[in-house]
Amino acid sequence: MRVFWLQGVTCNGNSHSFINLSSLPTLLQSCTFVYHPLLDSLPFYEAIEADFDILVVEGGIKKGWHRGGLEFEKLFLDLANKAKRVIAVGSCAVYGGIFREYDESISGVLFEKDQKSRYFDELQSKTINIPGCPAHPEWIHYALVCYKPLLDEFYRPKEIYAYTVHAGCVRNEYFEWKVDAKSFGLKEGCLFYEQGCQAPYTHGSCNKILWNETASKTRVGTPCFGCTEPDFIQRDLFCTKTFMSIPAKMPLGVPKRAYLTLTGVAKSFRIERLSKRLIDED
Amino acid sequence: MARRSKEERKRQIMDEALKLFSKEGFFEVTIADIAKALGMSVGNLYNYFSSKEALAKELILYISKLLGNEIRKINLEPITTKEKIKKIVQFYFYTAKERPELIEYFLRIYLSHREVFKNGCEGMICVGPFVTEIMIFFEEGVRSGELRDQDFFSAFGLFMGYLGGMVFLMGEGMLPNDIEYYIDDISQNIYLALKQ
Repeated sequence: MRVFWLQGVTCNGNSHSFINLSSLPTLLQSCTFVYHPLLDSLPFYEAIEADFDILVVEGGIKKGWHRGGLEFEKLFLDLANKAKRVIAVGSCAVYGGIFREYDESISGVLFEKDQKSRYFDELQSKTINIPGCPAHPEWIHYALVCYKPLLDEFYRPKEIYAYTVHAGCVRNEYFEWKVDAKSFGLKEGCLFYEQGCQAPYTHGSCNKILWNETASKTRVGTPCFGCTEPDFIQRDLFCTKTFMSIPAKMPLGVPKRAYLTLTGVAKSFRIERLSKRLIDED
Repeated sequence: MARRSKEERKRQIMDEALKLFSKEGFFEVTIADIAKALGMSVGNLYNYFSSKEALAKELILYISKLLGNEIRKINLEPITTKEKIKKIVQFYFYTAKERPELIEYFLRIYLSHREVFKNGCEGMICVGPFVTEIMIFFEEGVRSGELRDQDFFSAFGLFMGYLGGMVFLMGEGMLPNDIEYYIDDISQNIYLALKQ
């Protein structure tokens, strides 16, 4: 398997995420990077003439932008047409991402936020999207080695993105009984009510396939920022948007009436254990 | 006479109990009084409700569902929040006038005798259907930009406290006019207090 890793308008975050893949040495026994910005590979101008199977795109695509004297959109399309498969890695390559917030001419491979991009018709049949900011190294690995995964409406593999980030969160007991985290960074409490957590409506397996095989944002007390979704990035990430104390966005697929009914019941009880510190320091 | 279904019979008992509680007071009325008024045996009534406390809890849930269903219909109408406020006030006062036992039970028994409801009716459990619809009314009012965003309970207290207070005054015979006379002004006051 020969891979070309192309960088568009990017912060390099996905390249760095990928080299944290614990099984990278094993993968490199069967996978050759014709070009990668951080791994040993051919010089760029030689690489673009070489044969390869998979084009990985990291970063947004900007028309009229030049890299190494080449017009970037043309370079991207030439390489994409040559590749058997295209993997858009990270939310900038998937939706345009954070850079698109400042320059609307920047596009993802198949999408511009939640709308089809100008490349959609040409590339949709061979593209897999792995959004995230950054994408988890295991997700990138999965996309490289899984030939035809089942995809959702945004061309994300269901194996990874059918879950919500909420699934597997160690704070789920607090969510069930509607116990808020009183401040950012605490072990106790759910981050959905006040701290801005978007995990209940964000697709991703962050709490199933852990980061650095150790933790996730919500496990260490940081709210999920919803980085795998087309509307990423939003403002006021550490604050839950509410209307009259009611969260503006409901957990995925949960009707407002159903949510409020359950919340009312759960809040009617005070669960002593959940109101205390987990590890009593007194 | 056609045999009534168990559900119909249950509802008949609840309607009778509400009337008696409203007229005589919750603690004065016994299960035997309710059975007698319905021409049924005490033993048979216990087939429907295992105790007076159980009946009391079913009643508040029954009232909460009834009020919640009506407010839900208003919530689903394609009208402005201002119009919804008037419809809720209208409905609440109409109910207080036509079926005073429903609102009186809520104000004079449920809110005043919390000890009766302490097991199984904690917090929002028995008033959930009603409070949920009020929450949706407020949430949609803020989302549409018509109402000012604030803590739910400060808005809830203003709206429901106001209506409850008026019905209480009506019940005490202190209102010089029919309660429906106040609908327009009260709706306007609530809207002005809550609007953006």
